[in-house]
Amino acid sequence: MRYDYVIIGNSAGGVGCIEAIRELDEASSVAIIAAEKYHAYSRALIPYYLDGKIELDKIYYRPPDFYEKMDVDAYLGVKAVGIDVSSREVLLENGGRIGFGKLLIATGGRPFIPPIEGLSGQKNVFTFLKLDDAIGVKEAIKSAGSAIVLGGGIIGLMVAEVLRRKSIEVTVVELADRVLAPVVDATTSNLVQEKFAENGVKIILQNTITKVVGEGEVEKVILKDGSELPTDLLILAVGVRPNTEVVRDTPIKVNRGIVVNKYMETSVEGIYACGDCAEIYDFVFGANRVLPLWPTAYVGGRVAGFNMCGRRREYTYATSMNAMHFFDLYIVSAGLNVPNDSDEFEILCTLDERRRIYRKFALKDGQIAGFILAGRVDRAGILLKLMKEGVNVSEFKDRLLKEDFGYADLPEEIRWELLGDKVKLGVVYEYEHGYEHGHGRAACEGRCEGHEA
Amino acid sequence: MNCHLCEVWCAVAHSKSKDIIKAFLYEEQKPLPRLIVEESRPESFALQCKHCDEPDCMFACISGALYKDKEGRVLHDESKCVVCYSCIMACPYGAIKINPFTGKILKCDLCVDLGFPPCVEKCPNNALEYVEVEIGAEES
Repeated sequence: MRYDYVIIGNSAGGVGCIEAIRELDEASSVAIIAAEKYHAYSRALIPYYLDGKIELDKIYYRPPDFYEKMDVDAYLGVKAVGIDVSSREVLLENGGRIGFGKLLIATGGRPFIPPIEGLSGQKNVFTFLKLDDAIGVKEAIKSAGSAIVLGGGIIGLMVAEVLRRKSIEVTVVELADRVLAPVVDATTSNLVQEKFAENGVKIILQNTITKVVGEGEVEKVILKDGSELPTDLLILAVGVRPNTEVVRDTPIKVNRGIVVNKYMETSVEGIYACGDCAEIYDFVFGANRVLPLWPTAYVGGRVAGFNMCGRRREYTYATSMNAMHFFDLYIVSAGLNVPNDSDEFEILCTLDERRRIYRKFALKDGQIAGFILAGRVDRAGILLKLMKEGVNVSEFKDRLLKEDFGYADLPEEIRWELLGDKVKLGVVYEYEHGYEHGHGRAACEGRCEGHEA
Repeated sequence: MNCHLCEVWCAVAHSKSKDIIKAFLYEEQKPLPRLIVEESRPESFALQCKHCDEPDCMFACISGALYKDKEGRVLHDESKCVVCYSCIMACPYGAIKINPFTGKILKCDLCVDLGFPPCVEKCPNNALEYVEVEIGAEES
Protein backbone atom coordinates (compact mmCIF):
# COMPACT_ATOMS: atom_id res chain seq x y z
CA MET A 1 0.00 0.00 0.00
CA ARG A 2 1.06 3.55 -0.60
CA TYR A 3 -0.51 6.63 0.94
CA ASP A 4 -0.04 10.34 0.35
CA TYR A 5 0.46 10.89 4.07
CA VAL A 6 1.57 8.38 6.68
CA ILE A 7 1.80 8.99 10.41
CA ILE A 8 3.62 6.75 12.88
CA GLY A 9 2.15 7.19 16.34
CA ASN A 10 -1.39 7.47 17.56
CA SER A 11 -1.38 10.16 20.22
CA ALA A 12 -1.54 13.96 20.43
CA GLY A 13 0.93 14.59 17.59
CA GLY A 14 -0.66 12.10 15.21
CA VAL A 15 -4.17 13.40 15.88
CA GLY A 16 -3.02 17.02 15.52
CA CYS A 17 -1.48 16.17 12.16
CA ILE A 18 -4.58 14.36 10.87
CA GLU A 19 -6.88 17.19 11.90
CA ALA A 20 -4.65 19.72 10.15
CA ILE A 21 -4.40 17.64 6.97
CA ARG A 22 -8.16 17.19 6.78
CA GLU A 23 -8.75 20.91 7.24
CA LEU A 24 -6.85 21.51 4.02
CA ASP A 25 -7.18 18.33 2.03
CA GLU A 26 -10.13 15.97 2.09
CA ALA A 27 -9.11 13.89 -0.88
CA SER A 28 -5.60 12.60 -0.23
CA SER A 29 -5.02 9.19 1.31
CA VAL A 30 -3.87 9.07 4.93
CA ALA A 31 -2.75 6.18 7.12
CA ILE A 32 -1.76 5.96 10.76
CA ILE A 33 0.45 3.20 12.16
CA ALA A 34 0.66 2.54 15.90
CA ALA A 35 2.31 -0.15 17.98
CA GLU A 36 -0.46 -0.07 20.58
CA LYS A 37 -3.74 -1.71 19.71
CA TYR A 38 -5.91 1.01 21.24
CA HIS A 39 -7.84 3.77 19.54
CA ALA A 40 -6.25 7.21 20.07
CA TYR A 41 -6.20 7.66 23.82
CA SER A 42 -4.65 10.26 26.07
CA ARG A 43 -1.56 9.13 27.93
CA ALA A 44 -1.94 12.18 30.11
CA LEU A 45 -5.17 10.69 31.45
CA ILE A 46 -3.82 7.40 32.73
CA PRO A 47 -3.33 8.66 36.31
CA TYR A 48 -6.99 9.77 36.27
CA TYR A 49 -8.01 6.33 35.03
CA LEU A 50 -5.99 4.64 37.77
CA ASP A 51 -7.66 6.96 40.25
CA GLY A 52 -11.13 5.98 39.04
CA LYS A 53 -11.94 9.59 38.14
CA ILE A 54 -12.65 8.42 34.61
CA GLU A 55 -13.69 5.09 33.18
CA LEU A 56 -11.91 3.46 30.30
CA ASP A 57 -14.33 4.90 27.70
CA LYS A 58 -13.35 8.44 28.70
CA ILE A 59 -9.65 7.86 28.18
CA TYR A 60 -10.10 8.11 24.43
CA TYR A 61 -8.94 11.40 23.07
CA ARG A 62 -11.26 11.45 20.10
CA PRO A 63 -14.63 9.77 19.42
CA PRO A 64 -14.57 6.07 18.41
CA ASP A 65 -15.44 6.87 14.78
CA PHE A 66 -12.65 9.46 14.49
CA TYR A 67 -10.57 7.58 11.90
CA GLU A 68 -13.63 6.70 9.86
CA LYS A 69 -14.85 10.27 9.83
CA MET A 70 -11.38 11.52 8.96
CA ASP A 71 -11.10 8.88 6.23
CA VAL A 72 -7.87 7.51 7.65
CA ASP A 73 -6.69 3.90 7.43
CA ALA A 74 -5.61 2.94 10.94
CA TYR A 75 -3.03 0.20 11.38
CA LEU A 76 -3.29 -0.30 15.13
CA GLY A 77 -1.23 -2.88 16.98
CA VAL A 78 1.22 -2.82 14.09
CA LYS A 79 4.72 -1.79 15.03
CA ALA A 80 6.84 0.27 12.64
CA VAL A 81 10.44 -0.87 12.94
CA GLY A 82 12.22 1.12 10.28
CA ILE A 83 12.06 3.61 7.44
CA ASP A 84 13.45 3.17 3.96
CA VAL A 85 14.05 6.77 2.96
CA SER A 86 14.99 5.98 -0.64
CA SER A 87 11.94 3.89 -1.53
CA ARG A 88 9.90 6.03 0.89
CA GLU A 89 8.41 3.17 2.83
CA VAL A 90 7.76 2.40 6.49
CA LEU A 91 8.94 -1.09 7.43
CA LEU A 92 6.64 -3.03 9.72
CA GLU A 93 7.52 -5.65 12.30
CA ASN A 94 5.22 -8.13 10.56
CA GLY A 95 7.34 -7.80 7.42
CA GLY A 96 4.93 -5.51 5.58
CA ARG A 97 5.73 -2.17 4.04
CA ILE A 98 3.65 0.96 3.78
CA GLY A 99 4.70 3.58 1.24
CA PHE A 100 4.35 7.29 1.85
CA GLY A 101 4.48 10.59 0.04
CA LYS A 102 5.06 12.54 3.24
CA LEU A 103 5.71 11.02 6.65
CA LEU A 104 5.25 12.18 10.24
CA ILE A 105 7.13 10.40 13.01
CA ALA A 106 5.25 10.85 16.28
CA THR A 107 6.43 7.83 18.19
CA GLY A 108 6.53 9.54 21.58
CA GLY A 109 8.73 8.47 24.44
CA ARG A 110 9.73 5.33 26.20
CA PRO A 111 10.27 5.04 29.92
CA PHE A 112 13.84 5.07 31.11
CA ILE A 113 14.63 1.97 33.15
CA PRO A 114 17.49 2.64 35.55
CA PRO A 115 20.09 -0.06 36.11
CA ILE A 116 18.89 -1.78 39.28
CA GLU A 117 20.20 -5.17 40.35
CA GLY A 118 17.61 -7.95 40.38
CA LEU A 119 14.99 -6.02 38.45
CA SER A 120 14.40 -8.25 35.47
CA GLY A 121 11.52 -10.69 35.51
CA GLN A 122 9.81 -9.20 38.58
CA LYS A 123 6.04 -9.19 38.21
CA ASN A 124 5.13 -6.33 40.52
CA VAL A 125 7.32 -3.74 38.82
CA PHE A 126 5.66 -1.21 36.53
CA THR A 127 6.50 1.81 34.46
CA PHE A 128 3.71 4.32 33.98
CA LEU A 129 3.40 5.60 30.45
CA LYS A 130 0.99 3.46 28.49
CA LEU A 131 -2.57 2.38 29.04
CA ASP A 132 -1.44 -1.21 29.55
CA ASP A 133 0.79 -0.01 32.39
CA ALA A 134 -2.19 1.64 34.07
CA ILE A 135 -4.35 -1.45 33.60
CA GLY A 136 -1.57 -3.55 35.13
CA VAL A 137 -1.13 -1.24 38.11
CA LYS A 138 -4.90 -1.05 38.62
CA GLU A 139 -5.02 -4.83 38.93
CA ALA A 140 -1.94 -4.99 41.14
CA ILE A 141 -3.15 -2.45 43.69
CA LYS A 142 -6.18 -4.58 44.53
CA SER A 143 -3.94 -6.69 46.73
CA ALA A 144 -1.17 -4.20 47.55
CA GLY A 145 -0.79 -2.54 50.95
CA SER A 146 2.40 -0.66 50.20
CA ALA A 147 4.14 0.83 47.18
CA ILE A 148 7.40 2.51 46.32
CA VAL A 149 7.56 5.07 43.53
CA LEU A 150 11.02 5.68 42.14
CA GLY A 151 11.17 9.22 40.78
CA GLY A 152 9.70 12.46 42.14
CA GLY A 153 8.78 14.02 38.82
CA ILE A 154 5.28 14.88 37.64
CA ILE A 155 4.31 11.33 36.68
CA GLY A 156 5.82 9.75 39.80
CA LEU A 157 4.07 12.21 42.09
CA MET A 158 0.74 11.84 40.29
CA VAL A 159 0.91 8.06 40.70
CA ALA A 160 1.96 8.41 44.35
CA GLU A 161 -1.04 10.64 45.04
CA VAL A 162 -3.46 8.19 43.43
CA LEU A 163 -2.01 5.21 45.29
CA ARG A 164 -2.21 7.11 48.56
CA ARG A 165 -5.86 7.85 47.92
CA LYS A 166 -6.35 4.11 47.55
CA SER A 167 -5.12 3.79 51.16
CA ILE A 168 -1.79 2.37 50.12
CA GLU A 169 1.33 3.22 52.12
CA VAL A 170 3.42 5.10 49.58
CA THR A 171 7.08 6.05 49.61
CA VAL A 172 8.59 8.21 46.87
CA VAL A 173 12.34 7.89 46.32
CA GLU A 174 13.99 10.79 44.48
CA LEU A 175 17.65 11.25 43.62
CA ALA A 176 17.65 15.06 43.68
CA ASP A 177 17.45 17.10 46.87
CA ARG A 178 13.81 18.01 46.12
CA VAL A 179 10.87 16.82 44.03
CA LEU A 180 10.06 18.29 40.59
CA ALA A 181 13.54 19.83 40.49
CA PRO A 182 13.71 20.32 36.71
CA VAL A 183 10.21 21.81 36.46
CA VAL A 184 9.80 24.24 39.38
CA ASP A 185 11.92 26.18 41.88
CA ALA A 186 12.78 25.18 45.45
CA THR A 187 9.93 27.18 47.01
CA THR A 188 7.37 25.36 44.89
CA SER A 189 9.00 21.97 45.53
CA ASN A 190 8.65 22.73 49.20
CA LEU A 191 4.94 23.47 48.88
CA VAL A 192 4.49 20.17 47.04
CA GLN A 193 6.52 18.20 49.58
CA GLU A 194 4.47 19.68 52.43
CA LYS A 195 1.29 18.66 50.64
CA PHE A 196 2.48 15.07 50.26
CA ALA A 197 3.69 14.91 53.87
CA GLU A 198 0.31 16.13 55.14
CA ASN A 199 -1.38 13.42 53.14
CA GLY A 200 0.82 10.72 54.55
CA VAL A 201 3.15 10.09 51.61
CA LYS A 202 6.75 9.59 52.63
CA ILE A 203 9.34 11.23 50.37
CA ILE A 204 12.95 10.13 50.57
CA LEU A 205 15.36 12.55 48.86
CA GLN A 206 18.95 12.27 47.66
CA ASN A 207 18.63 8.55 47.48
CA THR A 208 17.87 5.85 44.95
CA ILE A 209 17.24 2.14 44.63
CA THR A 210 20.33 0.07 43.93
CA LYS A 211 18.89 -3.42 44.31
CA VAL A 212 15.60 -5.22 44.56
CA VAL A 213 15.12 -8.49 46.43
CA GLY A 214 12.49 -11.13 45.70
CA GLU A 215 11.80 -14.25 43.65
CA GLY A 216 9.50 -13.31 40.78
CA GLU A 217 8.05 -10.53 42.88
CA VAL A 218 9.90 -7.70 44.57
CA GLU A 219 9.62 -8.03 48.35
CA LYS A 220 11.96 -5.26 49.38
CA VAL A 221 14.25 -2.66 47.87
CA ILE A 222 17.72 -1.66 48.99
CA LEU A 223 18.61 2.01 48.77
CA LYS A 224 21.92 3.68 48.01
CA ASP A 225 22.43 4.49 51.68
CA GLY A 226 22.03 0.82 52.58
CA SER A 227 18.56 1.08 54.12
CA GLU A 228 15.89 -1.46 53.20
CA LEU A 229 12.21 -0.92 52.49
CA PRO A 230 9.66 -3.71 52.13
CA THR A 231 7.06 -3.19 49.39
CA ASP A 232 4.22 -4.88 47.53
CA LEU A 233 4.64 -2.79 44.40
CA LEU A 234 7.40 -0.85 42.65
CA ILE A 235 6.66 1.91 40.14
CA LEU A 236 9.52 3.23 38.02
CA ALA A 237 8.94 6.85 37.02
CA VAL A 238 12.41 8.25 36.55
CA GLY A 239 11.77 9.80 33.21
CA VAL A 240 10.94 9.36 29.58
CA ARG A 241 13.39 9.25 26.70
CA PRO A 242 12.58 10.06 23.07
CA ASN A 243 11.52 6.91 21.25
CA THR A 244 13.68 7.21 18.15
CA GLU A 245 14.14 3.51 17.39
CA VAL A 246 12.28 3.70 14.09
CA VAL A 247 14.84 6.08 12.52
CA ARG A 248 17.85 3.93 13.41
CA ASP A 249 19.99 3.19 10.36
CA THR A 250 18.45 6.07 8.42
CA PRO A 251 20.06 9.40 7.50
CA ILE A 252 17.49 11.18 9.67
CA LYS A 253 19.46 13.26 12.15
CA VAL A 254 19.01 12.44 15.81
CA ASN A 255 20.53 14.34 18.69
CA ARG A 256 18.73 13.60 21.95
CA GLY A 257 15.53 13.47 19.94
CA ILE A 258 14.84 13.58 16.21
CA VAL A 259 16.03 17.02 15.13
CA VAL A 260 13.43 19.15 13.37
CA ASN A 261 13.37 22.68 12.00
CA LYS A 262 10.60 25.23 12.56
CA TYR A 263 8.51 23.53 9.89
CA MET A 264 8.78 20.33 11.97
CA GLU A 265 10.72 18.73 9.12
CA THR A 266 13.62 16.38 9.86
CA SER A 267 16.94 16.42 8.03
CA VAL A 268 15.31 14.32 5.30
CA GLU A 269 12.92 16.18 3.03
CA GLY A 270 9.29 15.24 3.34
CA ILE A 271 9.79 13.44 6.64
CA TYR A 272 8.55 15.26 9.72
CA ALA A 273 8.63 14.60 13.45
CA CYS A 274 6.88 16.00 16.51
CA GLY A 275 6.13 15.36 20.16
CA ASP A 276 8.17 13.47 22.71
CA CYS A 277 10.40 11.81 20.09
CA ALA A 278 11.51 15.12 18.59
CA GLU A 279 13.83 17.93 19.51
CA ILE A 280 12.29 21.28 18.79
CA TYR A 281 13.29 24.94 19.02
CA ASP A 282 12.43 26.43 22.42
CA PHE A 283 12.06 30.19 21.90
CA VAL A 284 12.88 31.05 25.53
CA PHE A 285 15.73 28.59 25.89
CA GLY A 286 17.07 29.77 22.54
CA ALA A 287 18.02 26.33 21.25
CA ASN A 288 16.57 22.99 20.30
CA ARG A 289 15.53 20.65 23.07
CA VAL A 290 13.16 17.78 23.81
CA LEU A 291 9.87 19.18 25.12
CA PRO A 292 7.77 16.17 26.08
CA LEU A 293 4.51 18.07 26.57
CA TRP A 294 0.99 17.38 25.42
CA PRO A 295 0.23 20.81 23.85
CA THR A 296 3.62 20.86 22.14
CA ALA A 297 2.99 17.46 20.60
CA TYR A 298 -0.43 18.47 19.32
CA VAL A 299 0.66 21.82 17.88
CA GLY A 300 3.84 20.25 16.47
CA GLY A 301 1.69 17.66 14.69
CA ARG A 302 -0.61 20.37 13.46
CA VAL A 303 2.20 22.51 12.08
CA ALA A 304 3.72 19.41 10.46
CA GLY A 305 0.33 18.58 8.91
CA PHE A 306 0.04 22.02 7.34
CA ASN A 307 3.55 21.84 5.91
CA MET A 308 2.98 18.31 4.62
CA CYS A 309 0.03 19.71 2.66
CA GLY A 310 2.23 22.42 1.23
CA ARG A 311 1.02 25.28 3.40
CA ARG A 312 4.04 26.91 5.00
CA ARG A 313 3.72 27.23 8.74
CA GLU A 314 6.30 27.61 11.48
CA TYR A 315 6.18 26.50 15.08
CA THR A 316 7.98 29.36 16.74
CA TYR A 317 6.46 29.53 20.18
CA ALA A 318 7.28 26.20 21.76
CA THR A 319 8.66 26.27 25.25
CA SER A 320 8.37 24.33 28.48
CA MET A 321 4.92 24.58 30.07
CA ASN A 322 3.20 22.46 32.67
CA ALA A 323 -0.18 22.49 34.36
CA MET A 324 -0.08 20.12 37.32
CA HIS A 325 -1.92 19.39 40.51
CA PHE A 326 -1.13 17.37 43.60
CA PHE A 327 -3.98 16.84 46.04
CA ASP A 328 -5.58 20.32 46.10
CA LEU A 329 -2.46 22.23 45.10
CA TYR A 330 -2.54 23.51 41.53
CA ILE A 331 0.60 24.68 39.75
CA VAL A 332 1.32 26.20 36.36
CA SER A 333 4.89 26.78 35.26
CA ALA A 334 6.32 27.90 31.93
CA GLY A 335 9.55 28.96 30.31
CA LEU A 336 12.85 28.72 32.13
CA ASN A 337 13.01 27.35 35.66
CA VAL A 338 15.26 29.91 37.36
CA PRO A 339 16.46 29.73 41.00
CA ASN A 340 15.56 32.66 43.24
CA ASP A 341 19.19 33.60 43.84
CA SER A 342 19.96 33.98 40.14
CA ASP A 343 22.26 36.86 39.18
CA GLU A 344 21.40 36.58 35.54
CA PHE A 345 17.67 37.18 35.90
CA GLU A 346 15.56 39.69 37.75
CA ILE A 347 13.37 37.70 40.14
CA LEU A 348 9.96 38.89 41.29
CA CYS A 349 8.07 36.69 43.72
CA THR A 350 5.52 36.66 46.45
CA LEU A 351 4.58 33.83 48.79
CA ASP A 352 1.51 33.78 50.98
CA GLU A 353 2.54 31.02 53.34
CA ARG A 354 -0.77 30.72 55.11
CA ARG A 355 -2.83 30.32 51.93
CA ARG A 356 0.03 28.65 50.08
CA ILE A 357 -0.18 30.94 47.14
CA TYR A 358 3.01 31.63 45.25
CA ARG A 359 3.76 33.74 42.18
CA LYS A 360 7.22 34.00 40.75
CA PHE A 361 8.61 35.61 37.62
CA ALA A 362 12.07 35.54 36.12
CA LEU A 363 12.71 38.52 33.87
CA LYS A 364 15.49 39.07 31.38
CA ASP A 365 15.87 42.41 29.64
CA GLY A 366 12.39 43.28 30.86
CA GLN A 367 10.80 40.22 29.25
CA ILE A 368 9.33 37.25 31.08
CA ALA A 369 11.68 34.28 30.69
CA GLY A 370 9.81 32.02 33.08
CA PHE A 371 7.05 32.00 35.66
CA ILE A 372 5.48 29.78 38.29
CA LEU A 373 2.04 30.08 39.82
CA ALA A 374 1.11 27.81 42.70
CA GLY A 375 -2.09 27.71 44.71
CA ARG A 376 -3.93 30.03 42.35
CA VAL A 377 -3.44 29.63 38.65
CA ASP A 378 -6.30 31.74 37.31
CA ARG A 379 -5.69 33.30 33.89
CA ALA A 380 -2.15 31.91 33.67
CA GLY A 381 -2.44 31.97 29.86
CA ILE A 382 -2.18 35.75 29.83
CA LEU A 383 1.31 35.43 31.31
CA LEU A 384 2.23 32.83 28.72
CA LYS A 385 1.00 35.24 26.07
CA LEU A 386 3.19 38.06 27.46
CA MET A 387 6.11 35.67 27.34
CA LYS A 388 5.42 34.51 23.79
CA GLU A 389 5.05 38.05 22.51
CA GLY A 390 8.20 39.18 24.28
CA VAL A 391 6.36 42.10 25.86
CA ASN A 392 8.56 44.38 27.94
CA VAL A 393 6.86 44.22 31.33
CA SER A 394 9.17 46.64 33.19
CA GLU A 395 6.56 49.35 33.35
CA PHE A 396 3.98 47.21 35.14
CA LYS A 397 6.08 44.37 36.58
CA ASP A 398 4.86 44.77 40.17
CA ARG A 399 1.33 44.12 39.00
CA LEU A 400 2.33 40.65 37.76
CA LEU A 401 2.35 39.61 41.40
CA LYS A 402 -1.35 40.42 41.83
CA GLU A 403 -3.39 37.24 42.19
CA ASP A 404 -6.07 38.65 39.90
CA PHE A 405 -3.68 40.01 37.29
CA GLY A 406 -5.54 40.63 34.04
CA TYR A 407 -5.69 42.75 30.91
CA ALA A 408 -6.82 45.72 33.00
CA ASP A 409 -3.35 45.74 34.56
CA LEU A 410 -1.62 46.27 31.24
CA PRO A 411 -0.91 49.72 29.84
CA GLU A 412 -3.58 50.55 27.31
CA GLU A 413 -1.48 50.30 24.13
CA ILE A 414 -0.12 46.89 25.06
CA ARG A 415 -3.55 45.69 26.12
CA TRP A 416 -5.26 46.38 22.81
CA GLU A 417 -2.30 45.18 20.83
CA LEU A 418 -2.39 41.83 22.61
CA LEU A 419 -6.12 41.49 22.42
CA GLY A 420 -5.76 42.13 18.73
CA ASP A 421 -7.72 44.09 16.18
CA LYS A 422 -10.18 41.26 16.13
CA VAL A 423 -11.35 41.95 19.64
CA LYS A 424 -12.96 45.28 19.31
CA LEU A 425 -14.14 46.30 22.71
CA GLY A 426 -17.21 44.32 23.61
CA VAL A 427 -17.73 42.46 20.36
CA VAL A 428 -18.86 38.88 20.78
CA TYR A 429 -17.85 36.94 17.76
CA GLU A 430 -19.81 33.96 16.74
CA TYR A 431 -16.79 32.99 14.76
CA GLU A 432 -13.71 34.88 13.99
CA HIS A 433 -10.49 34.42 12.18
CA GLY A 434 -7.93 34.22 14.92
CA TYR A 435 -4.55 34.39 13.23
CA GLU A 436 -2.68 37.12 14.96
CA HIS A 437 0.28 38.93 13.66
CA GLY A 438 1.90 39.32 17.01
CA HIS A 439 5.13 41.04 17.72
CA GLY A 440 8.43 40.18 19.32
CA ARG A 441 9.90 36.76 19.72
CA ALA A 442 6.90 34.70 18.80
CA ALA A 443 6.13 36.95 15.85
CA CYS A 444 3.11 35.65 13.99
CA GLU A 445 3.24 32.50 16.08
CA GLY A 446 4.02 30.62 12.92
CA ARG A 447 0.48 30.94 11.74
CA CYS A 448 1.03 33.43 9.03
CA GLU A 449 1.09 31.93 5.59
CA GLY A 450 4.19 32.77 3.64
CA HIS A 451 6.08 33.86 6.69
CA GLU A 452 9.80 33.31 6.25
CA ALA A 453 12.26 32.78 9.07
CA MET B 1 -20.54 52.03 32.50
CA ASN B 2 -19.09 49.17 34.51
CA CYS B 3 -22.60 47.86 35.28
CA HIS B 4 -21.60 44.17 35.09
CA LEU B 5 -25.05 43.37 33.70
CA CYS B 6 -23.51 41.12 31.07
CA GLU B 7 -22.08 39.05 33.92
CA VAL B 8 -25.42 38.95 35.68
CA TRP B 9 -27.29 37.80 32.57
CA CYS B 10 -24.58 35.35 31.64
CA ALA B 11 -24.90 33.79 35.09
CA VAL B 12 -28.66 33.60 34.70
CA ALA B 13 -28.37 32.06 31.25
CA HIS B 14 -26.21 29.28 32.70
CA SER B 15 -28.36 28.73 35.79
CA LYS B 16 -30.81 25.90 36.23
CA SER B 17 -33.99 27.97 36.24
CA LYS B 18 -32.83 30.68 33.82
CA ASP B 19 -34.85 33.03 35.99
CA ILE B 20 -32.96 35.91 37.52
CA ILE B 21 -34.75 35.89 40.88
CA LYS B 22 -34.85 32.14 41.32
CA ALA B 23 -31.27 31.73 40.14
CA PHE B 24 -29.74 34.15 42.60
CA LEU B 25 -32.05 33.50 45.57
CA TYR B 26 -32.86 29.84 45.57
CA GLU B 27 -30.45 27.82 43.50
CA GLU B 28 -28.05 25.66 45.43
CA GLN B 29 -25.19 26.50 43.10
CA LYS B 30 -24.51 30.18 42.99
CA PRO B 31 -24.96 31.28 39.39
CA LEU B 32 -21.65 32.35 37.90
CA PRO B 33 -20.81 34.29 34.77
CA ARG B 34 -18.56 32.89 32.06
CA LEU B 35 -17.25 36.23 30.93
CA ILE B 36 -15.14 38.72 32.79
CA VAL B 37 -15.59 42.44 33.19
CA GLU B 38 -12.17 43.93 33.70
CA GLU B 39 -11.86 47.30 35.31
CA SER B 40 -9.15 49.86 34.83
CA ARG B 41 -10.85 53.04 36.00
CA PRO B 42 -12.31 54.97 34.33
CA GLU B 43 -12.41 52.26 31.70
CA SER B 44 -14.05 48.87 31.97
CA PHE B 45 -14.51 46.21 29.34
CA ALA B 46 -16.06 42.78 28.92
CA LEU B 47 -13.75 39.97 27.95
CA GLN B 48 -15.11 36.69 26.70
CA CYS B 49 -13.94 33.64 24.81
CA LYS B 50 -13.03 34.56 21.24
CA HIS B 51 -13.81 31.11 19.89
CA CYS B 52 -10.45 31.29 18.15
CA ASP B 53 -9.87 29.80 14.74
CA GLU B 54 -6.93 28.00 16.28
CA PRO B 55 -7.82 27.58 19.93
CA ASP B 56 -4.79 27.10 22.15
CA CYS B 57 -7.10 25.81 24.91
CA MET B 58 -8.31 23.00 22.67
CA PHE B 59 -4.78 22.17 21.52
CA ALA B 60 -3.66 21.92 25.15
CA CYS B 61 -6.68 19.94 26.39
CA ILE B 62 -5.46 16.48 27.43
CA SER B 63 -8.87 14.81 27.47
CA GLY B 64 -10.60 16.03 24.31
CA ALA B 65 -13.17 17.85 26.48
CA LEU B 66 -12.64 21.07 24.53
CA TYR B 67 -13.72 20.80 20.94
CA LYS B 68 -14.90 22.91 18.05
CA ASP B 69 -18.37 22.41 16.64
CA LYS B 70 -19.31 22.73 12.99
CA GLU B 71 -20.17 26.40 13.36
CA GLY B 72 -16.75 27.10 14.79
CA ARG B 73 -17.74 27.50 18.41
CA VAL B 74 -15.24 26.20 20.95
CA LEU B 75 -17.26 24.15 23.43
CA HIS B 76 -16.52 22.27 26.63
CA ASP B 77 -17.82 18.77 27.38
CA GLU B 78 -17.82 18.72 31.15
CA SER B 79 -18.25 14.95 31.30
CA LYS B 80 -14.83 14.51 29.69
CA CYS B 81 -13.03 17.20 31.69
CA VAL B 82 -10.57 16.03 34.36
CA VAL B 83 -9.96 19.57 35.67
CA CYS B 84 -6.23 19.63 34.85
CA TYR B 85 -6.28 23.36 33.97
CA SER B 86 -4.16 22.94 30.84
CA CYS B 87 -6.69 25.27 29.17
CA ILE B 88 -6.17 27.87 31.91
CA MET B 89 -2.46 27.70 31.14
CA ALA B 90 -3.02 28.00 27.40
CA CYS B 91 -5.78 30.59 26.84
CA PRO B 92 -4.02 33.83 25.88
CA TYR B 93 -7.05 35.91 26.90
CA GLY B 94 -7.57 34.40 30.33
CA ALA B 95 -11.12 33.86 29.12
CA ILE B 96 -11.63 30.48 30.77
CA LYS B 97 -12.65 30.88 34.38
CA ILE B 98 -12.38 28.60 37.39
CA ASN B 99 -15.54 28.04 39.41
CA PRO B 100 -14.43 29.10 42.90
CA PHE B 101 -16.84 26.65 44.54
CA THR B 102 -16.33 23.50 42.51
CA GLY B 103 -12.98 24.09 40.83
CA LYS B 104 -14.54 23.17 37.49
CA ILE B 105 -14.00 25.39 34.49
CA LEU B 106 -16.46 27.95 33.16
CA LYS B 107 -16.36 28.83 29.52
CA CYS B 108 -18.50 30.90 27.17
CA ASP B 109 -20.63 28.67 24.94
CA LEU B 110 -22.23 31.58 23.06
CA CYS B 111 -25.51 30.38 24.56
CA VAL B 112 -26.04 27.83 21.82
CA ASP B 113 -29.26 26.65 23.45
CA LEU B 114 -30.72 30.12 23.73
CA GLY B 115 -29.99 31.15 20.18
CA PHE B 116 -28.74 34.61 21.06
CA PRO B 117 -26.29 35.60 23.82
CA PRO B 118 -28.04 37.51 26.65
CA CYS B 119 -24.81 39.38 27.48
CA VAL B 120 -25.29 41.20 24.18
CA GLU B 121 -29.06 41.42 24.32
CA LYS B 122 -29.19 42.92 27.81
CA CYS B 123 -26.29 45.36 27.53
CA PRO B 124 -27.94 48.73 28.28
CA ASN B 125 -25.24 50.71 26.53
CA ASN B 126 -25.06 48.60 23.35
CA ALA B 127 -21.40 48.09 24.14
CA LEU B 128 -21.61 44.44 23.16
CA GLU B 129 -22.26 43.25 19.65
CA TYR B 130 -22.89 39.81 18.22
CA VAL B 131 -21.19 39.42 14.86
CA GLU B 132 -21.15 36.49 12.52
CA VAL B 133 -17.87 35.90 10.77
CA GLU B 134 -17.18 33.46 8.00
CA ILE B 135 -14.90 30.58 8.89
CA GLY B 136 -11.35 31.38 7.86
CA ALA B 137 -12.62 34.61 6.30
CA GLU B 138 -9.19 36.06 5.64
CA GLU B 139 -7.62 32.98 4.23
CA SER B 140 -7.56 32.88 0.48
